Amino acid sequence: MIMGLYNYWIVVILMMIGFYIVIAQGNLIKKIVGLNIFQTSVFILYISISKVDGGTAPILADGISKYSNPLPHVLILTAIVVGLATTALGLALAVRIKEAYGTIEEENIQMKDDEEC
Amino acid sequence: MACVAIAIIRVKDLFAVAMLSGIYGLLTASLFVDMDAVDVAFTEASVGAGISTLLMLTTVAITGSRDKAVRNKPKLALFAVTLTGVLLIFGTLDMPYFGSVDAPANLHVAPHYIQNSMQEIGVDNIVTSVLASYRGFDTFGEVVVIFTAAIGVLTLLSTGRRREEDGVVEKVNTTMHNQYLIIRIVAKMLIPFILLFALYVQFHGDFGPGGGFQAGVIFAAAIILYAMLFGLSVAKRVINQSVVQLLAAVGVLIYGSVGIVSLLGGGNFLDYSILSEDPIAGQHLGILLIELGVGITVAAVVIIIFFNFADRIDGPAPEKEGDPS
Amino acid sequence: MLDQLPILQVIIPLLAAPLCLFLRKPRLVWMFTLIASAACFMISVLLLQQVASQGDILYSIGGWAGPLGIEYHIDELSAFVLLIITAMSTIVLFAANTSIQKEIPENRQVFFYILYLLSLAGMLGIVATGDAFNVFVFLEISSLSAYAMIALGKDRRALWAAFQYLVMGTIGATFILIGIGLMYEMTGTLNMADLAERLPEVADTRTIFAAFAFFIVGVCLKLALFPLHMWLPNAYAFAPSMVTAFLAATATKVAVYLLIRFTYSIFGISFSFTTLPLQEIFVALGLVGIFAASITAIYQTNVKHMLAYSSVAQVGYMIVGYSIGTTVGLMATLLHLFNHALMKGALFVALGAVMYRVGGVQLSSLNGLGRQMPYTMAGIVAGGLSLIGVPLTVGFVSKWYLVQAALETGWWPVAVLVLLGSLLAVIYIWRIVEAAYFKEPAEGATPVKEAPLTFLIPIWILVGANIYFGIDTRFSVDAARAASQSLFGISL
Repeated sequence: MIMGLYNYWIVVILMMIGFYIVIAQGNLIKKIVGLNIFQTSVFILYISISKVDGGTAPILADGISKYSNPLPHVLILTAIVVGLATTALGLALAVRIKEAYGTIEEENIQMKDDEEC
Repeated sequence: MACVAIAIIRVKDLFAVAMLSGIYGLLTASLFVDMDAVDVAFTEASVGAGISTLLMLTTVAITGSRDKAVRNKPKLALFAVTLTGVLLIFGTLDMPYFGSVDAPANLHVAPHYIQNSMQEIGVDNIVTSVLASYRGFDTFGEVVVIFTAAIGVLTLLSTGRRREEDGVVEKVNTTMHNQYLIIRIVAKMLIPFILLFALYVQFHGDFGPGGGFQAGVIFAAAIILYAMLFGLSVAKRVINQSVVQLLAAVGVLIYGSVGIVSLLGGGNFLDYSILSEDPIAGQHLGILLIELGVGITVAAVVIIIFFNFADRIDGPAPEKEGDPS
Repeated sequence: MLDQLPILQVIIPLLAAPLCLFLRKPRLVWMFTLIASAACFMISVLLLQQVASQGDILYSIGGWAGPLGIEYHIDELSAFVLLIITAMSTIVLFAANTSIQKEIPENRQVFFYILYLLSLAGMLGIVATGDAFNVFVFLEISSLSAYAMIALGKDRRALWAAFQYLVMGTIGATFILIGIGLMYEMTGTLNMADLAERLPEVADTRTIFAAFAFFIVGVCLKLALFPLHMWLPNAYAFAPSMVTAFLAATATKVAVYLLIRFTYSIFGISFSFTTLPLQEIFVALGLVGIFAASITAIYQTNVKHMLAYSSVAQVGYMIVGYSIGTTVGLMATLLHLFNHALMKGALFVALGAVMYRVGGVQLSSLNGLGRQMPYTMAGIVAGGLSLIGVPLTVGFVSKWYLVQAALETGWWPVAVLVLLGSLLAVIYIWRIVEAAYFKEPAEGATPVKEAPLTFLIPIWILVGANIYFGIDTRFSVDAARAASQSLFGISL
C-alpha cells in the first residue's frame, strides 16, 4: 500500500510546506512564494491522479493504445494560469504596500497601522 | 523538491528565494513530463519557472532584498498545517494507487475523450480538444482571469506618465552598448527565432504539445528580453502601451466572438460545429480562432504586467496634479 | 433568443468588460456598465419566470452535454440568487459615477468599471454553472477583481486589507480545488448532477470525507464564517464606498449559495449532515459569530467597520438557519440572503453619500447630519431598523422564519439567542442615530448639503424595497420557499 500511495504523500508534504510558509512567514514576498508552492503541489496531486501505468502522453499516435488521462491536464493548465494571475496581483500589491508603508514585513505593517489608530 | 521548499523557508535573501522558487518550478515541470503531462509541463516551465520568477525578481528589485522578519506564531501555524496534512493523508488512504488503470477518474468521462475525440473533433492532441472544445468555456474563463490580472496590475501600478527624454535614452544606449555588446548582438539574432518559435507553438498545438498559452508566454518573453537588454524606454517606443492594452482586450473579444457567432448561427455558445458546413472543419476553425485569441491576450497581458512592474524599479512615479491619492 | 438566456446572463458582463477599454471616458464607461448591468437584471427576471413555469433549465455550452462538456443549470435557487446579484449590482451602479469622483483618481476610473463588470460576471458564472471546476474558475475571476477593487481605496490600509484578503481567499479557493480534485478522483466526473449520482457509491470512503471537509473549510473562508472572517472587516472598511456596497450585498451571498448547492445538491443532505457533525458545528460557530461580531461592532468608531462586523454577524444568522436542516430553516437562510442584500446595500450606499459630502465615516463625522442630510440619514435609520428586525421591515421577516424554524425543531435556546442578537444590533444602530440626531457638529466644521440625487435614488429604492418586501412578503417568501423545497426534493 505504501508503494502505491507514497507519491501522494510526498505531494501532501510539499503542500504543507507551502501552506506553512504562507501562514508563518512575515515577509510578503515569501508569503506569495509559499502560496505558489502550495498551489503547485495541488497541481502535482491532480496530475498524479491522471497518470496511467504504461500509458503515454495523451496525443493520438499510431500504434499507441494506452494514454494517460487528459482531463486533469486541462484543469491544471487553467489552474496554472489562475495561479500566475494571483501571483502577479499579489506582487503588485506588495510593491504598492512597500511604497505606502516603507516595509513588507507583516509585523511592521501591523505596528504602523496600530500607531495610526 | 522538498529540500528546495524548506530552503525557501530558511533563506533570508529574497533574491535567492526568487531563484529557488524558479528552480522549484522547473523541477515541477520535469515531474510533469515524467507523468506524461507534456502540455502542462510546457506551461509550468514557461509560467512557473519563467514568468513568475521574473516577476518576483522584479518585485525584489523594487522592494529590497532582505527578509527582516522574526518568525511569528510558528506554533499556531504548525498546528494548522499538521491538522491539514493529516486530513489529506487520511483522505489518500482510500484512493486508488498511483498509476492504476481502473481508477474511477480514468474510467468515466476520460475514455470517451480518448476514443471519440478524433471522430468528433479531428485533432491529435487530446488535451487541446478537451481544452478548446469540450471544455472551451473553462478556457474562456481562464483568458478572462488573465485579463483580470492585467487590469488589476494596471489599476495598482500604472502611472500614465512619460518619463523618457531623448537625451537620456541616447546616453543609456551608448553605455550599455559597450558593456553588454556580446549579449546584445546574440540577443538581436535570437529574438526573431524566439518569436518564430512562439508562432510555431501557437499553430502546432493541435499535433503536439503547445497552444495559445505557451505561445503567448514565449512571444512575450522575446519582447521582455528585448526590453531588458535595450532599455525599457526604447522598448516602450517600439511597442506602444495603449495598443498592447487594447490587444489584451481584443484577444478576449475574439474568443467571445467565436462563441457569439455560434449563437447567431443557431447553436449554443462556443459550438464550433456550426461554423462551417462540415462539423469537423468547424471544430478546427473554432479551435484555431480561439487559440489565437488566447495567444494574443496572454502575450499582451504578460507584456503589460512586466512593463508596469519594471517601470517602478526606479521608484514610484510622481503623481500627476489633481490626484486625490 | 430565449433559450440562450442562461449563457447571455454571464457573457454580457464578461464581454462588456474588455469593451470598456475601447471607450476612454469614465462617464461613457459608467453608462455602458449601467446598461450592461441592467440587461443582466432583465435576463435574471426572465430566467426566474422561465424556471417558475417550466422547471430547471439545462444549457450545454459548446453543444457538448454534460458530463462531457460544461453545462449551465438554472433552478429555483440559482434564479433567485441571480436576481439578487444583478439587482444590487445595477442599483449600486447608479451612484457609482458620483461616488468615485471623490474616491478614485481619474486615470483609474475606467479600470474600476472593468473590474466591477468582471466581478459581476464571475459571481453570475458561479451561480449559473452546473460544473464543479467551472465554479473554481469563475470564483477566481470574481475574487481577483474584488482584490483589485478593494485596493483602489484611498487609505493605504486598503492595500494591506486587499493583500490579506488575497492570501486568505486564495487559500480558501485552493482548498475548494483540493476538494473538487478528490471528488473527481473517486467519481471521474465534474458535472454536478453526475457527481450527485455517483457520490453515494463512494460516500463511505475517507477520500470523500476529506474532500467534503476541505470544501467546507474553503467555502467558509469565503463566507466569512467565524473564525475565518478576519479578512472582511478591513476589506469592507477601507475599500471605496461603492465597492463595499457591491461586495457586501453580493460576495458572501454567493459563498452561501455555493455551500447550499454543494451540500444539498451534490453531496446530499443525509451525507452532509451525518459525516461531520455539521449541524452542531455550524450552529455553534454561527451563534458565536453573531455575538462576537455584534459586540465588536458596538465598540467601533468607524461606521464602515461597524457595519462590516455587522455583516459577519448576519452571515452567522444565515448559517444558523442553514444548520437547522429543515425546509423552513433553509427558507429563512435564503430569505436572509435577499434581505441582507437590501439592508446592507442601502446602508453602504448611504454611507457612500456621507463619505462624498463629509469626507470621512468616523462616528464623529456623522454628528448633526440628521439635520444637514435628512434624506440620507433617514435612509440609514430605515436600514438600521431593518437590521434589528423591526416589524414592517424585511429584517423582521427573515428573523421571524428563523425563530419559527428553530422552535419547530425544538431548539429553544437558539431562538432565544437569535432574539438577543437583535438586541445587540439595537445598541450599535443607536450609536449611529445618536450621533446623527442628538449631537452637534464640531466647531468650525463646514456645513454640508444633502447628497446628490444619484445617491438618493438608489438609497431610497433600496429602503423602499426594504419596507415593501417587509409588508408584502409574497415574492421573497414564495421564491425562497420554492427554492428550499426543490433542494430538499432533489437531494437524497
